[in-house]
Amino acid sequence: MLKYIAKRVVAAILTLWALVTIVFFLVRLLPGEPFTSAKLTAEVAANMNAYYGFDKPLWQQYLTYMGNLLQGNFGYSMKYTNKTVNYIIGQTFPYSANLGIRALVFAVSFGLVLGIIAARKRGTKIDFFCVIVAIVGTSVPDFIMGAVLQYFFGIKWGLLPIAKYEGFEYTILPSVALGFYTLASVSRIMRSSMLEVTSQDYIKTARSKGLSEMRITCKHQIRNAIMPVMTMMGPTVASVLTGTFVIESIFVIPGMGKYYVDSITNSDYSMVLGMTVFYGFFLVLCNLIVDILYGVADPRVRIGKR
Amino acid sequence: MEDKILELKNVVYSFHTYGGEVKAVRDVSFEVRRGEILGIVGESGCGKSVTAQCILRLNPEPPGFFGGGEILFDGKDILKMSNKEMRKLRGGDIGFVFQDPMTSLNPTMRVGNQIEEVFLGRGVDKKFVKERSLEIMKQVGINDAEKRYRQYPHELSGGMKQRVMIAIALVSKPSLIICDEPTTSLDVTIEAQILDLLLELRAKMGTSIIIITHDLGVIARLCDRVVVMYGGKVVEKGLVDDIFYDTAHPYTRGLMSSIARLDTKKDEKLSPIEGTPPDLFAPPVGCPFAARCEFAMDVCKEYPPETYQVGEEHETSCWLQHAYAPETVMRKKNAVVLEKGEAKND
Repeated sequence: MLKYIAKRVVAAILTLWALVTIVFFLVRLLPGEPFTSAKLTAEVAANMNAYYGFDKPLWQQYLTYMGNLLQGNFGYSMKYTNKTVNYIIGQTFPYSANLGIRALVFAVSFGLVLGIIAARKRGTKIDFFCVIVAIVGTSVPDFIMGAVLQYFFGIKWGLLPIAKYEGFEYTILPSVALGFYTLASVSRIMRSSMLEVTSQDYIKTARSKGLSEMRITCKHQIRNAIMPVMTMMGPTVASVLTGTFVIESIFVIPGMGKYYVDSITNSDYSMVLGMTVFYGFFLVLCNLIVDILYGVADPRVRIGKR
Repeated sequence: MEDKILELKNVVYSFHTYGGEVKAVRDVSFEVRRGEILGIVGESGCGKSVTAQCILRLNPEPPGFFGGGEILFDGKDILKMSNKEMRKLRGGDIGFVFQDPMTSLNPTMRVGNQIEEVFLGRGVDKKFVKERSLEIMKQVGINDAEKRYRQYPHELSGGMKQRVMIAIALVSKPSLIICDEPTTSLDVTIEAQILDLLLELRAKMGTSIIIITHDLGVIARLCDRVVVMYGGKVVEKGLVDDIFYDTAHPYTRGLMSSIARLDTKKDEKLSPIEGTPPDLFAPPVGCPFAARCEFAMDVCKEYPPETYQVGEEHETSCWLQHAYAPETVMRKKNAVVLEKGEAKND
């Protein structure tokens, strides 16, 4: 198991290195440069470029960047003067992560329950309801979902605050809006996976043992049916936790999403790189965790002995 | 004590499908006596597995449903039992061993737990559950039971898995075990071991066993009586010797002649039964085997055959036993009509 994890970690590091390298050169291909404002004279721009080391050859810049990166230093932002990328991530990520965790807890718990019930009551009204939820969840974009929630819960019924991030009741609407897509996909995948497991021979065996339906579902079906959901969770967790531009904008949440999008329009090289690497790191980490959990849930996946 | 432990009376079972109703089991009747091993033979799709699963109502419902009949276990009709009574019966008085041990065990659950589970809700003290499970594992010939107990199914061989399946079926010392092709997916040496195990269990515990197979070798080795099924119907039933040496139905005869034998000459070809089994969406009105039968007469295609008693324990459903039928090798001297057919009225 340890050897397996070590292997995965090495692969993860290589993946990250490739990611950094590719993104480093790709951002340079973006149209525009960081210091192109009309107010800047050519002289000032040249000074700025020299300050950030853009006058040096590209390979040298790359080596410097990698050197800094190894020490966990993402460098200074080119837009927000005097702020390091690390500082900005440190300021904004907790908001995104906080919201993300709430959204995930909401989405996964409700998604699983909905999927399981739909599969157990296949073809009934409950199943139909779950299908509707899944269709709405996957097809309605999150900005519409957010706006609709704001309109009904915030404005029409005045139940919940519609923006800012200052307490538990503030987190409900954005969590729901952010988590709804995940909820829908989790319930859909869980439903079909449960149905597939239901027709397996070992479920018939369980039935032939005289077990209660409850026990068959809990002990025999769910654990076998949950694998596809776990596979999906790796990338989902990473993307939900690192914030989304749209939801954070609609609900005025000071998360990472806005900075990520802005950094690209601003050609803020160090921000783009920093955020991408951070996101990539998260994605790789989540996938690694899922791989390990996979082994816990399904003994056949466990590699080697103890 | 009642001699019959299980009796199926005119059981009809069908499935609703998009293509229409599939009549998988059509008017099947047979009984299982205490302590006997009953074989059910027939080719794939003849309804033998569905029949077996009817006994514990294990067919998925819907789409499956009973179209009539009675299944009496110890005199009580299984079809009228509540879910609670059914659960007590399953894994209690009746154990079931499935066809494919590779897929019939839960891959994410330890073997021991899968055996232990059967004790749930049967009033066994928790302290003894593990002990009893280990005991049963040893009984079905699992060496190193302690170690196996903690393993997962994928760590066991096919034969071991089937032993575990049998252990599961044996947990509550059932009076009847139903084995649905228990050795089909195992190699021959393991098959022999498993069959010996079943014989041993019967000898020790007096358990009645129903064994479903398409392997006549298994039947010859194990069974006391045989039911031959074709197209969802019972075509012949009798003692093993009746079936093998006094075959009374052309289908059974076909089965016999399609066995590869050691004494077959080199240039002699195996003679398979030509044709395909009947379409159960629209089963033939007459005898299901008529289309493939070498002796088929006009009446066979139009009227379901009468059932004749041709020996003390031997019955067959075939028009060839009728008094007006032409003389063939199938003809038995002392055939007595048990169930009269409609054709008689013509």
